[in-house]
Amino acid sequence: MRRHRTLWFWVFVGPFACGLALFTYVPLLWSVGLSFFDAHNTVTPTHFTGLDNYAAMLRDAAFRDSLKTFLLFTAFIVPVTYGFSLALALMVNRVRWARAFFRSVFFLPAACSYVVAALIWKMSIFNGVRFGLANTVLGWFGGDPVAWLSTTDPPWYWLVIVTVRLWLQAGFYMILFLAGLQRIDPALYEAAAVDGARPGWTVLRHITLPQLRGTSVAVLLLLVVNAFQAFDEFYNLLSDARGYPPYARPPLVYLYYTALGQGQNLGLGSAGAVILALVIAVVTVAQARWLRLGRTDGDG
Amino acid sequence: MTISRRTLLAAGAGAGLLTACGSNTGRGGGGSGPRLSQWYHQYGEPGTERAVQRYAAAFRKADVSVQWRPGNYDQQTAAALLTDSGPDVFEVDGPTLDQIRGGQVLDLTDLLAGVKDDFNPAVLAPKTHEGRIYGIPQVIDTQLLYYRKSLLRDAGVEPPTTLDALVDAARALTDRKTKGLFLGNDGGAGVLGGTPLYAAGFPLVTDDGRVGFDDPAAARTLGKLHRLYADKSLLLGAPADWSDPSAFLQGLTAMQWSGLWALPQIKRELGDDFGVLPFPADGDRGRPAVPVGAYGAAVSARSRHKDLAKAYVKWLWVERTDYQKDFALSYGFHIPARRSLATEAAALREGPAADVVRFTTDHGYAQPLLWTPAGQTAYQDALSRIIKGGADPERELRAAVRKVAEEIARVGA
Repeated sequence: MRRHRTLWFWVFVGPFACGLALFTYVPLLWSVGLSFFDAHNTVTPTHFTGLDNYAAMLRDAAFRDSLKTFLLFTAFIVPVTYGFSLALALMVNRVRWARAFFRSVFFLPAACSYVVAALIWKMSIFNGVRFGLANTVLGWFGGDPVAWLSTTDPPWYWLVIVTVRLWLQAGFYMILFLAGLQRIDPALYEAAAVDGARPGWTVLRHITLPQLRGTSVAVLLLLVVNAFQAFDEFYNLLSDARGYPPYARPPLVYLYYTALGQGQNLGLGSAGAVILALVIAVVTVAQARWLRLGRTDGDG
Repeated sequence: MTISRRTLLAAGAGAGLLTACGSNTGRGGGGSGPRLSQWYHQYGEPGTERAVQRYAAAFRKADVSVQWRPGNYDQQTAAALLTDSGPDVFEVDGPTLDQIRGGQVLDLTDLLAGVKDDFNPAVLAPKTHEGRIYGIPQVIDTQLLYYRKSLLRDAGVEPPTTLDALVDAARALTDRKTKGLFLGNDGGAGVLGGTPLYAAGFPLVTDDGRVGFDDPAAARTLGKLHRLYADKSLLLGAPADWSDPSAFLQGLTAMQWSGLWALPQIKRELGDDFGVLPFPADGDRGRPAVPVGAYGAAVSARSRHKDLAKAYVKWLWVERTDYQKDFALSYGFHIPARRSLATEAAALREGPAADVVRFTTDHGYAQPLLWTPAGQTAYQDALSRIIKGGADPERELRAAVRKVAEEIARVGA
């Protein structure tokens, strides 16, 4: 019986474990290995260079800039998406009629691909000529057309990047919050009302938010991880056939050009990826400790 | 949730495996000898794909299958060259120096024995490293400044022959509906590249292998490009980028920097109401400049049939001049890489097309082989910060010079 169990364990888990090892862990370790070699245009380098790639990457002003870009992006997009989706969830939760309609409508963008959304944002809503949607609206008020993605002062391109991500993500996190909201015992609200808590801010602050604690932690973690992985909308909004501008260039985009573009400097790119992975690991661990991950909604 | 990058990659890899399996079954068993695979990037002009398949089918010694690859072609070939499943023969906007030094492409010098002088030296030079040739130029492409004659006449502006005149003209031509000049949605840093430097008399890399633009005058020239941006004379954020003439044809801009490939479409829609110019000269040492480049046919060092692949390249891109001429002139609009074919071509003898041929002969420059992607990125970043950020050109250029010098030292070693 026990032997049987082991067999079935491997039948079910084996393929996934193999796939994980082959397609995730081997490339991962290989990349760490590459980072210690001079690997131009090869994945089987022979010239060992020690920590040179790491030193070069940390000295590279463009890479340091890309880290700053993405810290800035994370610092902005995480709280904004959090607040926006929580607000949506609270509103949709109170709607008395057409509840399913509102939930679906706000959730639908989550089913759209980043690439498609980025192209719509770039080519029809925020294009720089007078007949783009945003510029048409500006024109009604007598404003001059703005080249949204090409203007660096003020940095209008952030408006485009942030809104596309907000539109795509808010609905998904709204659903998570809705699920959390519906698990809150109505008796708590009744008790609060009996105790004289005024509906609105007081109830939100002292009942709803503490009860949503577990959901909030999950949402924050997901948001930060997603922000770290930002690539698709940046690449599709700002790159062209000749490369990528030196602003709003997150680390993944920069490394993509270093390692996989015509540069093909796989050693340097791997070193950058390892540095980035370390940063992500430190931030995630710090965040998990700070938010005391693992506690549930009830522990408030 | 949305399809994540990873899912997409996995799906792509899966599809790749499937196609790989599929190609092993061959094409109905009618193979005449060994199989070669040949890659092309996706040409926009209709008929080109059919044509290259026709050429391939006419090769008797091997069964050549043509792959037409849309998307980031340079990245695709770079990745494919690391594996055994890549192409045998492929066209490349290079090969890059690192591909040559890494032994990823074969030496093709012998293929050109006796006819080497017939190839345009400007485009053959960047395919040559230490006297050996690693790519056979297929066709020459160039870029130039298109201008609307009627718009310039109405504004009382002469076609600009100096950079200062270009800046003034662009400002004079700008009004609420039309911008003066379109250099691409990034303001020109990408497409112009080294062209303004050559127009000021500075090469990217000198013949003896040093950085060519380490000079305050070079910085002054690049600083003038910022004036175009600061004057708001540049069209930015157009739905189609510089390589497409749409912005010019729709009247969004009075002048546009674009490719030779756009010429037939512009001529069809505007008739005689347009002219062409090289990038105008700047400073005492300056002279007009146009970039020239050529996709070259190269052979992968991982090919299983190296000699056959070389024989195929020689057959198609050296011996079959009828196909070379057809490829250059019947579909898109390119200048044949061989001088004997270029002088024969009737389509290149009159009007703006003849001007363009003259520009490439008199003012054409090709990016030197020592201009590596890493150096280019550093320079392009600097140029973008100068044009759009108004950064100090001398300081920006100094940083770029340092990076380019490092790169030259690395690959020269």
